[in-house]
Amino acid sequence: MNAREQWVAFLTLIRREVIRILRIWGQTLMPPAITMTLYFLIFGTLIGRRIGMLHGFTYMQYITPGLVMMSVIVNSYGNVTSSFFGAKFGRYVEEMLVSPMPPRVILAGYIGGAMLRGLMVGAIVLGISLFFTSLHMVNIWVTISSVVLTTAIFSLAGFINAMFARKFDDIALVPTFVLTPLTYLGGVFYSIDQLPEPWRAISHANPILYMVSAFREGMLGIGDIALGPAYAVMLALLVGLGVTAERLLHHGRGLRT
Amino acid sequence: MDAIPALDLRALRKTYPNGVEALKGIDLRVEAGDLFALLGPNGAGKSTLIGILASLVNASGGEARVFDVSVQRERSRAMALLGVVPQEINLNQFEKPFDICVNEAGFYGIPRRIASARAERYLGQLRLWDKAFEPARNLSGGMKRRLMIARAMMNEPRVLILDEPTAGVDIEIRRSMWQFVRQINKAGVTVILTTHYLEEAENLCRNVAIIDHGHIIEHTTVRALLAKLDVETFVLDLAAPCTQQAVPQVDGLHLARVDEATLEVELPRGRDLNALFAALSGAGIRVRSMRTKANRLEELFLRLTGNGAEQAA
Repeated sequence: MNAREQWVAFLTLIRREVIRILRIWGQTLMPPAITMTLYFLIFGTLIGRRIGMLHGFTYMQYITPGLVMMSVIVNSYGNVTSSFFGAKFGRYVEEMLVSPMPPRVILAGYIGGAMLRGLMVGAIVLGISLFFTSLHMVNIWVTISSVVLTTAIFSLAGFINAMFARKFDDIALVPTFVLTPLTYLGGVFYSIDQLPEPWRAISHANPILYMVSAFREGMLGIGDIALGPAYAVMLALLVGLGVTAERLLHHGRGLRT
Repeated sequence: MDAIPALDLRALRKTYPNGVEALKGIDLRVEAGDLFALLGPNGAGKSTLIGILASLVNASGGEARVFDVSVQRERSRAMALLGVVPQEINLNQFEKPFDICVNEAGFYGIPRRIASARAERYLGQLRLWDKAFEPARNLSGGMKRRLMIARAMMNEPRVLILDEPTAGVDIEIRRSMWQFVRQINKAGVTVILTTHYLEEAENLCRNVAIIDHGHIIEHTTVRALLAKLDVETFVLDLAAPCTQQAVPQVDGLHLARVDEATLEVELPRGRDLNALFAALSGAGIRVRSMRTKANRLEELFLRLTGNGAEQAA
């Protein structure tokens, strides 16, 4: 396939993913909107009022970047696991496998689709936050680059999960037992400065902390981690997961016998 | 004969991780423009062979070439030449037939404008255009099979592989699918099909290979294969009941009573039926109708694969 044909194939996958996201909006876009509205109401308004200021911001302002990132992470991961595993389960993944599309195009299409869902949900949550607090944007480039890197990382992680998955339970295990705890412990609701040792040091092993911190730095100008290490971790994860996913797809792990 | 075959398999082997040897060094050549049948009992290796051609199964050894392009070494180029209709339904049930076809074309790098025109053409030819914008899950089994054929045609392949395309499809739909297959073959597409309906191979195909236990045990023309059939079995429906004692003996023929109103006769090739009918008339037995016991190719197929003997045993 030449470059133009690969571009057509990539756009076809993106288009199919976007149509899927919009077709089942009640499962893809609505639930995070409702969940995050509840978070804003309960944590931001009711509990946040008692917490007071954090690093010079109201609690509502402080958790907004974290909640946006939380929804972005969960939705980009969930999109690619359900979509790609669904294609495996229904066997229509074969439509792509028997085509001349190189593995990197299939990967890019699915990752692109999942990133779009993550970003759509992020925008929705950011929009909802405006009903509760004012929008801060200290550095738009840090904000955009950190959220884009995060969606790409979790889309790739979700893709790898879907490649290994053999049953629906396998795509529910990681979000439940790994992703949710890491997200909640990744500085969404608090600053790691508030943690005692050794928990503060242990938190540095949580990759989500680096992403949330960079995004908060972009929006509010404050973060638990300096931008340099945060971007280094994100880029390392992006490259590591990207290479792993491409290799797995190239060898047809769980797809070809 | 075209210098470059549509399909060229050389010492193709597949051993699964559980140790099952599905293909044991297959050599097979299918000429360009052929309408070729691949026959074999369940578990013979047909689907593994098609899986290797479709790049869904990795060969353990040997090589498969499509129009001289190696499936193993130049996968992308080889896939662009192929259209594959699998045995199992593998459609996204939530998508509409039109979108399924247009997306498939997109996976081959075909722009949407061209893909839309092709989708309309092939869905129309396969009598699915009125269902083009309904979710695939609303289609009947036969419609889904035709949709898979339309989808496989979207890249206008030079070789179309059909794995049991008419399984579970009613006779009317089956015949319309045959008509479509003949039509595209006439237009120059090489067609390779596996089927359990041997009548399908006999009616459609010029050449045939029989695969059994991972080996090609026969590779010839359908006509030459049928010529090997040295005995045919006919069923005679009688106008009135007859007893076992009334059944006459005829030299060189094996005549057996199935029930009081049915006889079976095995007729060696080259023998005429006059002596049989003379003997039956002499015994006062009137024959109302006569038919072949089984599809001729089926009879031969069972003999070649040894299943006939097993069934008789």
